[in-house]
Amino acid sequence: MRIAISDDALALACGADQVAEAIAKAAPDADIIRVSSWGMSWLEPLVEVDGIGYGPATVDDVAAILDGSSGLNIGRIANHPFIARQQRLTFARAGITQPLDLDEYRATGGWLGLEKARAAGADAVIETVTDSGLRGRGGAGFPAGIKWKTVASADGPQKYIVCNADEGDSGTFADRMLMEGDPYCLIEGMAIAGLAVGADKGYIYVRSEYPHAIAKLNAAILASAHIVTPFDIEVRVGAGAYVCGEETSLLESLEGKRGEVRAKPPLPALEGLFGKPTVVNNVLTLAAVPYILANGAKAYADYGMGRSRGTMPIQLAGNLKHGGLFETAFGITLGELVNDIGGGTESGEPVKAVQVGGPLGAFHPASDFHLPFDYESFTAADGLIGHGGIVVFDESADMLAQARFAMEFCAAESCGKCTPCRLGSVRGMEVLDRIKTGGRAAADSVESLPQMHNAPKQGRSTDEELSLISDLCETMKFGSLCALGGFTPYPVMSAIRHWPEDFGASADMVKDIS
Amino acid sequence: MDKTARLGEIVAAHAGREGPLLPVLHDIQSEFGCIDEETKRFLASALNLSRAEVHGVVSFYHDFKSEPAKLPVLKLCRAEACQARGCDSLAAEISVVAKDRCEIETVYCLGLCSVGPNAMIGADVHARLDVGKLTQLIEAL
Repeated sequence: MRIAISDDALALACGADQVAEAIAKAAPDADIIRVSSWGMSWLEPLVEVDGIGYGPATVDDVAAILDGSSGLNIGRIANHPFIARQQRLTFARAGITQPLDLDEYRATGGWLGLEKARAAGADAVIETVTDSGLRGRGGAGFPAGIKWKTVASADGPQKYIVCNADEGDSGTFADRMLMEGDPYCLIEGMAIAGLAVGADKGYIYVRSEYPHAIAKLNAAILASAHIVTPFDIEVRVGAGAYVCGEETSLLESLEGKRGEVRAKPPLPALEGLFGKPTVVNNVLTLAAVPYILANGAKAYADYGMGRSRGTMPIQLAGNLKHGGLFETAFGITLGELVNDIGGGTESGEPVKAVQVGGPLGAFHPASDFHLPFDYESFTAADGLIGHGGIVVFDESADMLAQARFAMEFCAAESCGKCTPCRLGSVRGMEVLDRIKTGGRAAADSVESLPQMHNAPKQGRSTDEELSLISDLCETMKFGSLCALGGFTPYPVMSAIRHWPEDFGASADMVKDIS
Repeated sequence: MDKTARLGEIVAAHAGREGPLLPVLHDIQSEFGCIDEETKRFLASALNLSRAEVHGVVSFYHDFKSEPAKLPVLKLCRAEACQARGCDSLAAEISVVAKDRCEIETVYCLGLCSVGPNAMIGADVHARLDVGKLTQLIEAL
């Protein structure tokens, strides 16, 4: 009997270790292996007995699972609609292989991309990646091939590949799953990037909140060093600063400094880590590369729509019945993701808002459910897909509180280098607090300063406060140095625009802002 | 071994690295529970940095503390996905139980966003928390 249980952090958090122990005790002859996660979070811990899945399993379910009588039976996992509907390129091994098993990695097509890259040479690799249409999966969506070409043609004896694994966005976990579940895939992608641009050193900057991913990566780097040599990879651990997910902050942090953003130009591609030409790519971008090299640019580009090519590992989170990782070609609609695949809210209440793209992404109402999931459609709807995280809120969500949280988060995590982000976020919190409590308190009055004759004497109406925050958001959007200050207006303004009633806006104001 | 000698060992262990300050600080934080003034002075001289630079880095990152925690630390996720699953009311309800038993730190996202509310104690992660489960965790600390 072959029994597979995930050792992904999410499965562990749901009690996978305890279930595995109980199975080992109850069935000492069974072949128990620890695999990566299929990504069906609501079924974790998911126990697979000879291909048949049982989940979410507890210690008490073990006896029934072993004798086949358990009501948790979901049938053959690979045929489950949640899995069967996906187009898994990057996550092809998810749930199937043991993360650190080199033989399994090779047997499932691992290292084929690297071998083909070595045979084809640097120029051909860059051409293939360019032709595949792969864009940065971290959020900005910049074409990977163009970035690589810039680094390749830059001068300098030392170049770097930096993997941005500082996945700090709430609602995103695909990087973590890939690093824990298929670390060799990331290593292979980085080695291919190194070959393409002429870099022999790579860094993976992982956030400290991911101790399991850090451990798996370190073990995988050690075990595969002889395969990717002369390319050498080192893991660096972040220290709890969200802004270090911004590529230039991340470089500063890697250099051992405060994670303050750098003004661009110069581009990191020309003057990046320690001033040397540097490729900075997200985990999912680099992990898509082995497939592209192994199967060709066209095989990848055939998926997707418009200028969004290939697949996107979409992360379904928040108040959803069926949360998890769903990899599919670009073009699936938001409504399909939330209702058909996610199964609607777990609470059973109607969906009120869906935040797409992390804490800096816009809140979308159900009337946006027709939007196809691709870069351009979300930009056109004043939103962004970011790192592919989708967080669902039910009717109980208070959008004023969410807008205030966005400002508070920006204030707490701002690196402090630019004024719109550092001060704008604090002022934004204050304005939203005033809207909540019904205006300026007596103590805030400026009447004691008669010389400031332009200052409003009686405070502002809610409508005036709302127009003030619109102005503030414009300033942050266009004046901030990086996405933290620049994109915080997305959740704030989308909340005001779509749910003006939560802010107490007047009918005239609603017309104004919509 | 006195502290200075141990600090010297930690610095030496990272000597071959480019930009070693963060890995050094992580090791010190995990061994001593904080990075105090004496340590900052030592690092400035050992790594040829100004004390202002070392202080600037230590104070920038949420992970580095200037004093050791007096109680065990429970990191509770308060980010949007956990908010959508009720972490805010959970945090309010649990504060009494936690009072003398542990420090509750806020983190923004543990990457378990589909099974929240979540918390982390050391490197152990816990999902699908409710008041009962969280109380159990805190009482076991």
